Amino acid sequence: MTDTLMVEADRVSKSFGSNKVLKSISLTVKRGEVMCLVGPSGSGKSTFLRCINHLESVDAGRLRVDGELVGYREKGHILHELKPREAALQRRDIGMVFQRFNLFPHMTALENIIEAPLRVKRMPKAKAIERGMDLLAQVGLADKADSYPAHLSGGQQQRVAIARALAMDPKLMLFDEPTSALDPELVGEVLDVMKQLAKEGMTMIVVTHEMGFAREVADSLVFMDGGVVVESGDPREVLANPKHERTKSFLSKVL
Amino acid sequence: MSAETRSGSVAGSAPPPTDDDGTAIRAVKLRHPIRNIFAVIILLFAAAFVYDAALRPAYNWPAVAKYIFDRRISEAAVITLELTVYSMLIGVALGVVLAVMRLSPNPVFKSLSWFYLWVFRGTPVYVQLTFWGLLSVIYPTIDIGLPFLNPFITLPTGDVLNVFQLAVIGLALNEAAYIAEIVRAGILSVDHGQEEAATALGMSWFQTMSRVIIPQSMRVIIPPVGNEVISMLKTTSLVTAVPFSFELFTRSRDISAETFTPIPLFLVASIWYLAFTSILMIGQYFLEKRFARGIGVAQPEKKVTVATGAVPVVGDEGDDDQKSGGVHSGGTP
Repeated sequence: MTDTLMVEADRVSKSFGSNKVLKSISLTVKRGEVMCLVGPSGSGKSTFLRCINHLESVDAGRLRVDGELVGYREKGHILHELKPREAALQRRDIGMVFQRFNLFPHMTALENIIEAPLRVKRMPKAKAIERGMDLLAQVGLADKADSYPAHLSGGQQQRVAIARALAMDPKLMLFDEPTSALDPELVGEVLDVMKQLAKEGMTMIVVTHEMGFAREVADSLVFMDGGVVVESGDPREVLANPKHERTKSFLSKVL
Repeated sequence: MSAETRSGSVAGSAPPPTDDDGTAIRAVKLRHPIRNIFAVIILLFAAAFVYDAALRPAYNWPAVAKYIFDRRISEAAVITLELTVYSMLIGVALGVVLAVMRLSPNPVFKSLSWFYLWVFRGTPVYVQLTFWGLLSVIYPTIDIGLPFLNPFITLPTGDVLNVFQLAVIGLALNEAAYIAEIVRAGILSVDHGQEEAATALGMSWFQTMSRVIIPQSMRVIIPPVGNEVISMLKTTSLVTAVPFSFELFTRSRDISAETFTPIPLFLVASIWYLAFTSILMIGQYFLEKRFARGIGVAQPEKKVTVATGAVPVVGDEGDDDQKSGGVHSGGTP
């Protein structure tokens, strides 16, 4: 069973103080699957995404990626948090793309991409540069290798950020509202790169408001609200015939 | 992205427009006549002051010329520079450690750093230097060993530390408290997303700090640290409290006590201080340039928008949308 599952969340809960952000979330993502997480802001979808690579700790429940418990070691039903070094080791295999790109502004596009392979994987520099240039070509920015992020448009920055995450050869990619900070005219170029990635069989979890992308590319859609999964299923089905009242009212506002 | 749409003509590249009668419509920049008048008045005052100073006997310029490269003075200048460099190096190193301690989640480190800052920022450096001078009175010997047992080694404090070293320690420990706050401000100025991005890539805490956070915080740290270096150069004149008397100011004062010419000797000291400060300012300029990479540079992307945008207002609206959108979705977890 775990052979085909990339992500397995089992009753994951999380609070910030007295505010329960995640209330017993259970879901699975198969290898090669593209899942879209949608929902109003404050629904816990970004927090859940950040738990998957242990940027946020969970309070209870199990979260496995590729069969391995993330951020914790289980000893007799108690989860003991891993040391930062061990958690970092797990994060290598999970790529993440942020809403506000978070490129390193003091490094060129290419330097951004090769930084982690060089420092974390100790890859030889020539090899890292070669791979970095391939990735830049893949996202259509081969001519921008020496540009600093400040010289790139939002869409270009986000494509570099995707290439940076791919440089670690992740088995899972997390996208946290990758197009929300972009001018409308720049959204398409980023979605195109993501579609290509999905076509190549990358396992992806995408927090997004782009229902068109969800309909066209996603294999499954999860609607979250108030820290719980309200509804999930085939995206075309959920978007066309939402069963839950809450889903209906949300979709009527965004579609 | 649609750079091909050339709807509006680009100002400047086209020939200037003309009126019906053929005269060019020319724009003239705002002129500043009052500015120019002020500049002339100030230049006149300055010239008068320089002319007067050159002839005023109290300045005693021949004595200035005689002492400016006097061996005792130039040696003292080197010692002043040494005091500055050593105490700044130790001060910065210790300051970075204190800043990281202050920002660490460990409450022991946090309180320790807070206490250090409280003591060393809360007392005048002159008093601290006096205390360091009295170290061998307060602690006549330095004992190395385990508590409650006879020490393995006992050394007289005066033999271990000479006055120069005490002066450096006194200046450095005081400086570290100020550097700590500067470094802390620099680290806090870096967007939290940077740390997250580095962490998500699997970089360790140390790699994140040294490769991502510290290089970016340098832009904020360097100007006030430059300030501190220049301030330190002059604070060295206080080490006479230790008492250490071979730096520039004390040396000049001691010479003038023999020659009864204090004014030219203080001019000599001032010229040396000014010369060092100038060199430090040039160094700071290049450091700042180095760490401004990728930030605060002209953005060609924006230029394209201006040149191609037929109606600039549309572009402005787009920007606003983007900003408010970012606040909306970024504000809540």
